[in-house]
Amino acid sequence: MAEAKAPAYDSSKWFGRTLNWIDDRFPMTALWRSQVAEYYAPKNMNFWYFFGSLALLVLVIQVVTGIFLTMHYKPDARFAFASVEYIMREVPWGWLIRYMHSTGASAFFIVVYLHMFRALLYGSHRKPRELTWIFGCLIFLSLMAEAFFGYLLPWGQMSYWGAQVIVNLFGAIPIVGEDLAIWIRGDYVISDATLNRFFAMHVIAIPLVLIGLVLAHLIALHETGSNNPQGVEIKKHKDANGIPLDGIPFHPYYTVKDLFGVMVFLLVFAVIMFFAPEMGGYFLEYNNFIPADPLVTPSHIAPVWYFTPYYSILRATTDRIMPVMAVAVAVLALMTIVRARSGWMRGAVAGGAVLVIIGFFTLEAKVWGVVFMGVSVLVFLALPWLDQAPVKSIRYRGPLYRLALAVFVIVFVILGYLGTLPPTPGRTLVAQVCMLAYFAFFFLLPWYSRWDSHKPVPERVSK
Amino acid sequence: MTKNRIALALAAPFAAAVLALAGPAHAAETELKLEKVEIDLADLPRLQSGARTFVNYCLGCHGAELVRYNTLVQLGLTEQQVKDNLMFTAEKIGGYMRTAMRPADGKEWFGVAPPDLSVIARARGADWLYTYLRGFYRDPSTVTGWNNTVFPTVAMPNVFEHLQGDRVRKEEPVMRDGKEVGDGHGGVLTRVTFETIRPGSQTPVEFDRTVRDLVNFLVWMGEPVQDQRKQIGFFALLAIGVLIVLSYLLYKEYWKDVH
Repeated sequence: MAEAKAPAYDSSKWFGRTLNWIDDRFPMTALWRSQVAEYYAPKNMNFWYFFGSLALLVLVIQVVTGIFLTMHYKPDARFAFASVEYIMREVPWGWLIRYMHSTGASAFFIVVYLHMFRALLYGSHRKPRELTWIFGCLIFLSLMAEAFFGYLLPWGQMSYWGAQVIVNLFGAIPIVGEDLAIWIRGDYVISDATLNRFFAMHVIAIPLVLIGLVLAHLIALHETGSNNPQGVEIKKHKDANGIPLDGIPFHPYYTVKDLFGVMVFLLVFAVIMFFAPEMGGYFLEYNNFIPADPLVTPSHIAPVWYFTPYYSILRATTDRIMPVMAVAVAVLALMTIVRARSGWMRGAVAGGAVLVIIGFFTLEAKVWGVVFMGVSVLVFLALPWLDQAPVKSIRYRGPLYRLALAVFVIVFVILGYLGTLPPTPGRTLVAQVCMLAYFAFFFLLPWYSRWDSHKPVPERVSK
Repeated sequence: MTKNRIALALAAPFAAAVLALAGPAHAAETELKLEKVEIDLADLPRLQSGARTFVNYCLGCHGAELVRYNTLVQLGLTEQQVKDNLMFTAEKIGGYMRTAMRPADGKEWFGVAPPDLSVIARARGADWLYTYLRGFYRDPSTVTGWNNTVFPTVAMPNVFEHLQGDRVRKEEPVMRDGKEVGDGHGGVLTRVTFETIRPGSQTPVEFDRTVRDLVNFLVWMGEPVQDQRKQIGFFALLAIGVLIVLSYLLYKEYWKDVH
């Protein structure tokens, strides 16, 4: 039996009575207060904090436009391509819905990449927000899956051959790979069966996971409270009522601020959607206006831009880079062994490193390409523990981390750009250098984050 | 070589930033420099002329099966005008622009079924189409007796041979001071020229105009809504601009007490 509460609203009016009726049965007012109106956020959050609410906005755009597209799209290899053009030409406002969805896909990744970069800037992934970060990384993984499944649906040449390339990656796994690839496709080649299951994954399975993870991400965030550009914990200093001194209610302060952010975002979104929906071939690839043809392999297969950094890493993994990677693993293992506290730990690291290095020279480079690509995405999960700096925000971190983060961003962009181009020996070499730098940012972080100098962090937030 | 690679590694960040601003090549990767064609989707007479060329010269073998004939009324024509002048392969004005040729026949005659052209301009780009359609020349070594500068050994013959006439390709070494010039790869630098061996019914200038109008039409057909899209976009931007100002004022009003 719930204890009796004082009603929150005036019972003499019908509206107040209705709200009280609901509150007796569902914690509507309590939720509103704890999560929105009395959720205290640091008062110094800057524009980098727009991208969380923008990601939520893009999710809503994708879900709503997706529902309308599903009403007219036909997940059938014979009709899929034509049904997309039917939406573009004959469904009233269909072109707008479709361009919102295709622009939204790229916008989602732009916003999420900037949102993740914000964490790297201000240490939002650090203690006590590790689970918020992990849920976020899982959202990112789901988003990649969602984008991958969705890209097959227009059934153009890039849809078809892009899916072919990615599914074949699973075929590179030793022993079970080939059967696994057939199981994923439901056929020996990408076909109508593949299109149907990818449609199911895209419109229901992954979106359910995505929405669940977004809820978990927000619940975890609201448990710890938001970080801020100074990385100062505002909950350390509270007033007599238990309200953080440097906190302001999320509503109305951040709702109105985010509203402004939303409008600026919509301006950029509208410029692309109305004036350059193909975005020079980056958002809608030109080759995807040619219907899928299993018999004609395009001379150059490139995934959409948001996958290209990882695709570059896959392609950069050639036989020639394996000795370099072996040396890198050996050095990293030695550095870990020197620091390891227990003998058991030293043995495990040494044994693991030897196995990996043997693997480098026995298994095909193609297999390691898939592994490195996987690691390059999954390594984000380990970031809260790899980072050993005593301070969170870049404002108080030293030159080593600043340099490393700058280099990381540059190599990420270069890898992304190279991934859109056909490979040449020169480009592969650049990609290999960038791949090493990419991994160095993460795997050397435990060392350089400790060696780095740090400035003292203030007790209180300044605006 | 090593020096080059180091330079490349150093220059890459800057090059990437610069190149990222330019789009990647269109579907057909080609070393050939494409000729620019001016597209004007507001020029209805040009679009009508392009539509006429399309139904007369293209629709015999290629379909535009995602497009209905009555879409052509957007080019300033009445339904009756479309029916009388442009509609050869359908009974009803709402019918799709199908080709008269069966795909199986196309495959047998040309080795490959002629592709549908509904969105060909979005796949290939206007400049590619313009250069390709004007790039046919006589070549007895191919099955059709035709070859193409942009699409070597293409299965399609020159459907414009009566308009354009016949051309042959000539490759001559470039001479400088009476000597041949190396191409840097051990070969000789050559210049490719085309010689008209039989003039067509159109002058080169007229023919360029015919192809230009056709490509203009193909670009329009690739996305008939594109002009309207930009007009709507203009008003959408205006509305969002107002909302940016209002939301900024609201934000500043609420935040004036936060210190």
